[in-house]
Parts: sequence; C-alpha cells; structure tokens
Amino acid sequence: MAKTVFTASPYVVDGVNPPDPKPEIPAEEALGKVVSHDWVNAEYKHLVVKASPKQLKAKPGQFFNILCPSPDDGELWLRRPQSIYRIDRENGNLEFLYKCVGRGTRGMATLKVGDDCNMVGPLGIGFSLKPGAKNVVVLGRGVGLATMGPISQLAAEMGVGVTAILSARSADLVMADDLFSKSGEVIKVLDSDGSSDIANVRAILDRLIAAKKADAFYTCGSNRLMFLMKELGVKHGIPGQVAMEQIMACGLGPCYVCVRTFEVDGHKELRRVCIEGPVFDLQECTGW
Amino acid sequence: MVDLSVKVGSVELKNPIMPASGCFSVDLAQVMDVNRLGALVAKTVSREYRIGNPPPRVAELECGMINSIGLPTKGIGYFLEHQVPEYAQFTPPLVGSISATTADDFEAMTREVASHKDVDVIEVNISCPTRNPGGGNFAMHEDHTFNVVKRIRSATNKPVWVKLSPNAGDVVAIGVAAEEAGANALVVSNTILGLKINLDTFRPAIGNKFGGISGPGVKPIIVRMVHQVSQRVKIPVIGCGGIVKVEDVVEYMLAGASAVMIGYLIFRNPSGIVAMIDELAEWCDKRGFKRVAQLTGAMVNDPIAETFSAAAAPIGQGHKTFVPAE
Repeated sequence: MAKTVFTASPYVVDGVNPPDPKPEIPAEEALGKVVSHDWVNAEYKHLVVKASPKQLKAKPGQFFNILCPSPDDGELWLRRPQSIYRIDRENGNLEFLYKCVGRGTRGMATLKVGDDCNMVGPLGIGFSLKPGAKNVVVLGRGVGLATMGPISQLAAEMGVGVTAILSARSADLVMADDLFSKSGEVIKVLDSDGSSDIANVRAILDRLIAAKKADAFYTCGSNRLMFLMKELGVKHGIPGQVAMEQIMACGLGPCYVCVRTFEVDGHKELRRVCIEGPVFDLQECTGW
Repeated sequence: MVDLSVKVGSVELKNPIMPASGCFSVDLAQVMDVNRLGALVAKTVSREYRIGNPPPRVAELECGMINSIGLPTKGIGYFLEHQVPEYAQFTPPLVGSISATTADDFEAMTREVASHKDVDVIEVNISCPTRNPGGGNFAMHEDHTFNVVKRIRSATNKPVWVKLSPNAGDVVAIGVAAEEAGANALVVSNTILGLKINLDTFRPAIGNKFGGISGPGVKPIIVRMVHQVSQRVKIPVIGCGGIVKVEDVVEYMLAGASAVMIGYLIFRNPSGIVAMIDELAEWCDKRGFKRVAQLTGAMVNDPIAETFSAAAAPIGQGHKTFVPAE
C-alpha cells in the first residue's frame, strides 16, 4: 500500500459528507468500497466498486482514474485510467474489467472486498449513437472488449440492435459476451481456430453491411481491426467511433501526457485521450 | 479565524496555494472549485504553435515522476484570444506563463501578454528542462538570466515572476541576477533534469530521453534552494516542488517562501489542493498563528552549534515546540 501521506478530501460513498458546494461540477474524487473482485480467467479481473451519486451519472465510454494500491514496496505515484465495463445504477456500483499487465494493474488486483477504492471520475467523452441508427456493429479484441461493454447498455436504452464481433486469442479470453448476448447477436472469432483472421472478419462485416445491420461501427483493442472498420466505413459511408488508450498522468486535461495522433483532411494533430476522448471519430484515428 | 492572505510583492492572494504551471487549466473545473485557489497559473505559452515531445511523456520513479511534455501550445494568439477569456471566468488572479528562445521574443511576448487586461502577472519560464533536449535554457547562466529579465522588465509594469531552474550550478546567483534585472518575485523552482532507463528495452523510459523530476522526492532539494535564495534576495520567493501535504506548505514558508505552487498532487489527489487550503488554516490555528504570512522565513536560523558541546548534550535537549510571539 501507499506509504507517503497525501492530502485529499474525497467524497465517501455511504459515509458522512459535507454538503456539495458546487453540484454542477461533474466529476469528483470518491472513496467507495470494493463489492466484489474476481478473476474471470488467467489474465482478467472483474472489479465492482460502490460509486458516489455523482459518479453514477457516468455515461457509457467515459472512464475513471483509479488510485491503485502498490503491488510492491515502492510507491505507485500515478493513477491508472480504466474504462467503465458496466454502470449498475440499481445497485450503485461501477464495474471494471481489466487485464493485469503492469505494475498499476497488478496493484489494482490486490484490492480486496471491503477495501476502499479511490476513483476520480467520470471523465472524458463517451460513446454516442447517431439518431436513426437501428443496428450497430461492435468489433473488439482482447481487453478492448471490456471498453465496448457499455455500448450494449447504451443500445438497450435507445432500442438499438447490436451485433458484437468479439475477437480473442482463445475462447476462454472472450470478454463481455454475456453483456452483448442480451442486446443482440454475438460472433466470437478466435486465433486458436483461425476465425479471427482479417479476411474472415471482413467477410462477417460485409455480410452485416449487406443485411443492413451496420448503421454504425464501434471498435477498441486492435490496430488491425480498427483499420479494417475504417476502410469499410469509408467505402460504405458508415460512421464509426473508436475508444483509445494512452499512458496518462492527470486524466483531467492540463498535463498533456496522454496525446495521440489524429488526422482530419490530411492535417495531423495531437489530441488528449483524457478530455478530447477517450472515444474518437473512427475516420480521424491514425492508430490504436 | 486565521488570515490566509499573503502578498507576493504587489500581488495580493487570498491564500498562498497556487497550481504550478503545466499542471493547471480550466479543464480542472470539471473536478474542483478553482475559485478557491490563491491564483490561477496558466500553462506556458510560446509565440508559435508547438507540438510538444513524443510520447511516452511520463514515467514513475522511486521518488515521484519524470515528465517531458515539451511545452505544447497553440501559440500566443490563441492564448490571448481564447484561453485568457476562459481563465477570466474565474475569480483568482491570472498568472500567464511565457517561454521563448531569444531575449527579443521574450520582450515582445511580455508586451503582448501583459497588455491583456485579464493577465495579472507574467511568469517567465526560462527554466523548462525539456523544451531543449540538452536541458539548456536562460536560467542556467547568471548573465543570460540578467539580460533576458532586463528586456522583459522593460516591456511591462505588471508583476514579473521569474521561474528558476534547479539544474543551474549556482541557483542563488541566478536568483540575484533576476532580482537585479527587475524581477518582482522568483519561483523556485522548475523540475530537476533526470533520466530513467527501461531495463526491459534498454531504452529511455520517456520519448524525449531526458525529463524533469517532480514529486515528494525533490522537496528537500527545493526547500533548501528556497531558503538559500530567499536569504539573498529582497523580492518574494514562491516555493514549488513536491508539495503533497499541508506540512510541506508550512516547510516551504518557513524556509522563506511567501506562497507555494502545487503540481504533482493535482494528478494524485485532485481534491487535495483545495483541501489543503482549509488544512493550512487549521494548522495555523492549532499552532497559534493568526496570519499564515507569519510563517514566511520563520525557520529558526541559529548559528551552527559547536560540535563538542552539541555532541555532549543530552539527546533532545533544547527541543521545544515553537510558539509565535504575538
């Protein structure tokens, strides 16, 4: 755990809090209890945390910047941004599905049920659905599938059908299929049987486009799949959005750490993933 | 009721807590009441658009963090036309921060930025360690500092705060040079130039190779510099480096700072910078200080004791909690 004393005055979920002097401020630092925290397979953990009323106003595609316990004797100085997997307003919980890959997520994995989890959010610009869309296609790979989860919620709220193409190395690493199976068809493509091959994914997308099941594209987690969707989006005039990642510091805008390259009309520019995203226009994205 | 107001020369702040340049923008209004802050300090702007340095722009260290952002900016025109009006929606005074590669441009930029009615103070960033990949800048040399500050001084009557570099060989001499050239206050200091190497890849951990170190690990180094500089100059000193708790603010002020700037903590605990304003009042109240300004330079600065007598004294003798006179 962190050893250095830091100054903070977070909202305490289910605790006694001073009146909010500025209710119009949309995000906050809050301490919520870990409700559950389970391994879903060898690489991914599912974290459920009690969130503050302000934080529960999160929109699909927004993210939280989480203060992770240190996994070792050193201090973990920076928060780790995590996209929301599911917003459970009924139970007052936010859910995150993440892959343990580095020091931050290894530290996050040490959170136990009942521990306090310090989260800043909701942050960033989430997914949007254009009016009139009836059927959308979600294409995600690996950890990107978790980020796509809230689209199933958004689509359900707006009465939109979703076809989810979920790509993974093997069947046990397919994420979020339970979320998407509620809102439409789920197609799993795997490295293990060769079905994740780009030609096969292209054929699936072509079939969905021909069947008028692709009014919008959403993707996260793979450069290869992002470029495929981008190409088909141009060819067929289908709008799309992509959720991006980048190493972050503040998560709030001022520090300019989390920049990515975007291109509009041949002009390249840097944008901050934390505040100009994390969800961006697919056609302006130059690399996931 | 503790009086938290401080004066930095002619500039009155309702409390001594300010964000550090590069760690603040109006974007922070999404998570805090920025009107509580002593002042608003804008990110450094240069004349032309600058894209900044290649990612990764930040990495963690044993003692804090290292960053190399490279002063990305949309340029002075955009700053004056779009960003200053955004800052002006808030009540604290606005400190505009400028950077340039020549004294000519520093003078011209000062004239342009200072002429905006909503810019209250010009902070001169002559010390960004990562703008130039070699780490060099005006604040590394006394004569360069003197010459550029002299030109900046000639361009405005508004307060000029000069941000020093902890990477200079003799920071005190640089501070004295800035004062002689007409600076109204010194900000001590910018980040400490460092290098982190990734042991998997054998490559530098950040895209620009070198970066600036900040966070709690740098605090004792910068507190020492604040003390040394403030002993030699008459103008106010603003402490900046590694503040994460109210005791750090007090320590900087005891060393000689009139006010402080906070960067890293905003990343770690965005609720902390406002909470610290209240905690500073509580700290002063508990210790019997009616005005926070009483803390500035209040470190007891006795001559160093004679070694034999100090080594013969009972341990802890003379340890007495300081009580303010009034």
